[in-house]
Amino acid sequence: MEPMRQSPSPCSSRPSSPRTLPCETLGYVGIDAVLDQLKIKAMKMGFEFNIMVVGQSGLGKSTMVNTLFKSKIWKSTALDLETPIPQTLKLQAVTHIIEEKGVKLKLTVTDTPGFGDQINNDKCWDPILGYINQQYEQYLQEEILITRQRHIPDTRVHCCVYFVPPTGHCLRPLDIEFLQRLSQTVNVVPVIARADSLTIEERESFRRRIQHNLRTHCIEVYPQKCFDEDINDRILNSKIRDRIPFAVVGADREHLVNGRCVLGRKTKWGIVEVENLAHCEFPLLRDLLIRSHLQDLKDVTHNVHYENYRVCRLNESHQLPRGPGWVNLTPTPGGPPATPQTSKLRQQAQDDSEDDEEC
Amino acid sequence: MVISIFKGKNSNEELRNLSLSGHVGFDSLPDQLVNKSTSQGFCFNILCVGETGIGKSTLMDTLFNTKFESDPATHNEPGVRLKARSYELQESNVRLKLTIVDTVGFGDQINKDDSYRPIVEYIDAQFEAYLQEELKIRRSLFSYHDSRVHACLYFIAPTGHSLKSLDLVTMKKLDSKVNIIPIIAKADTIAKNELHKFKSKIMSELVSNGVQIYQFPTDEETVAEINATMSVHLPFAVVGSTEEVKIGNKMAKARQYPWGVVQVENESHCDFVKLREMLIRVNMEDLREQTHTRHYELYRRCKLEEMGFEDTDPDSKPFSLQETYEAKRNEFLGELQKKEEEMRQMFVMRVKEKEAELKEAEKELHEKFDLLKRTHQEEKKKVEDKKKELEEEVSNFQKKKAAAQLLQSQAQQSGAQQTKKDKDKKK
Repeated sequence: MEPMRQSPSPCSSRPSSPRTLPCETLGYVGIDAVLDQLKIKAMKMGFEFNIMVVGQSGLGKSTMVNTLFKSKIWKSTALDLETPIPQTLKLQAVTHIIEEKGVKLKLTVTDTPGFGDQINNDKCWDPILGYINQQYEQYLQEEILITRQRHIPDTRVHCCVYFVPPTGHCLRPLDIEFLQRLSQTVNVVPVIARADSLTIEERESFRRRIQHNLRTHCIEVYPQKCFDEDINDRILNSKIRDRIPFAVVGADREHLVNGRCVLGRKTKWGIVEVENLAHCEFPLLRDLLIRSHLQDLKDVTHNVHYENYRVCRLNESHQLPRGPGWVNLTPTPGGPPATPQTSKLRQQAQDDSEDDEEC
Repeated sequence: MVISIFKGKNSNEELRNLSLSGHVGFDSLPDQLVNKSTSQGFCFNILCVGETGIGKSTLMDTLFNTKFESDPATHNEPGVRLKARSYELQESNVRLKLTIVDTVGFGDQINKDDSYRPIVEYIDAQFEAYLQEELKIRRSLFSYHDSRVHACLYFIAPTGHSLKSLDLVTMKKLDSKVNIIPIIAKADTIAKNELHKFKSKIMSELVSNGVQIYQFPTDEETVAEINATMSVHLPFAVVGSTEEVKIGNKMAKARQYPWGVVQVENESHCDFVKLREMLIRVNMEDLREQTHTRHYELYRRCKLEEMGFEDTDPDSKPFSLQETYEAKRNEFLGELQKKEEEMRQMFVMRVKEKEAELKEAEKELHEKFDLLKRTHQEEKKKVEDKKKELEEEVSNFQKKKAAAQLLQSQAQQSGAQQTKKDKDKKK
């Protein structure tokens, strides 16, 4: 895959394209006021963020979303003896507008109840891939219109949080299949769900094994190594990559601990504090998703995944059937779509994994 | 497996506003966005349109507080041409790639009919380049150096009367393609009372001719006020200077005359400060956005419609761009094939012609050869006849000779006999 941002090359083969000369300003001009202008514009327009949670039922997806955004996005799916386990995979999307300190965020959360719940889970990722591609398609259709809107509504999935059940062993085949396919089309952040059933040592060994699995199968999860722009990014992202998958616990009830009101799960042997780094890694997940990398998630989706989709679509459109039922762009028997860029990605991933294993 | 997507309430009125029970942290989003932009750097392209010697380069130097290298243009240019120069400026952590485009030779020709044309062509070329990049299959828009003109400073000569017709024509051609900011150059030649009349005359002329100049945005509270107050002073009367003169105890940019000093940054002397505020400090981002969302989209729409694409209605809407593109491609390939066929046929025809010619030549040669042969035969026959005759003659002659010899020998013999007889007789 092309690196997300190449060093900008002002010299290109255009008719009156001049060389760029660096110039010294002898006094204050006021160029840096453009940053404030940008901020004002952005805050006026508001932001959009679309997140998808995937995992088997009972892993705490809805609770996690509620905890992340500190509000009742979903009514938590408590045990309801009357609603049966869904027989088919239904994607449910809900949109909210949340505001904090003048910043408006239009948040869309897509849930996938029924994923991996059947006896035969073959191709259970197809509806999800179909949904993701459908959002890309919608955006593409808007983009190629002759008279297009000023601001194309962005429904593309920016981040997919994959909940790994806390078996303590390693990734299951279903997980591997899903992660392989999805990491090519969307930013995937795997997390270990319900991590309060594992001790700290178990968590660590589980994490290492998962990381090993990911490397062996050339699965690039977010933050992808090939998109690191400079040394600072790489340092920051390596720290994050070291801790992926985060072992998280979700809770939406508050309890009193040492006089403070904290979100946590109350058990007979203690209270698991969600926001305590010693107890679980929820703060790391929240910081990654919201506080530091939200814009980056959107940028990678727009500049890389969406562009890949667009290339595929424009190259092969005469072969594709149209309609909501189509999912994969290049149906292959047992592997992810083999576009040249993704194979470069896998090549790079393989090289990196070889490097890692050498060290 | 059935996909059924249950989308909860996407229309704007029904979107639920949730209240947060704690600090989530996405208020850092604008900062995240700004960080991304600063790492990428900004592009800003200014086009300066004005006559030679009106002070465009000096004003740019003054605006950006630096010395851009350039030689003053001569007045002998045969036509208008555009000269673009790029500079990289840095202030705190903001990198700005500034491109200044100059119109060289504007207003110098005797016949100024086509003066506006190179300018319009340049602007269109930049839009075209961007459109080409956007339409590519494998594109890299995020690292694309945006060369579209974001602002056009139109320098009006300080006559004190009204706009020249060249100005009106040029501005009319440019107003739908670029954000025009008209300014009165060399404003230190106009007295204050005349300036006010001049400005209102210019604005009324622009309005009556339907020229759309750039409107400073007044929809956001933070900038609405300052924009509103500033737009009253349009067109800005500016003075540019890079020389510094000591005023009081400070050095300031000014122009020194025997009768006084015109200070560039003094708001009562000229509107330079206002121009700088509006152009750079308040509206730079808006200028870029307007260029992208209004002027570029207009160009794109016109260009695509010209190329034959159209948005069909949503029901039967195929992948219109792609299908039309495919259709055109097939058409083009068909044409190519036809041309190829034609060429091939022509080639075959030519070959045939050449063959026929050669055959003709061959035939001629054969005929010649036959003719020659026949003549040769005839000659030969003649010669043979002659030879025969000659032989006959020779044989006749030989016969005659033989006969003659015989006669001679007979005669000799008879003669000898005679003499012998005589001899005998004598005896």
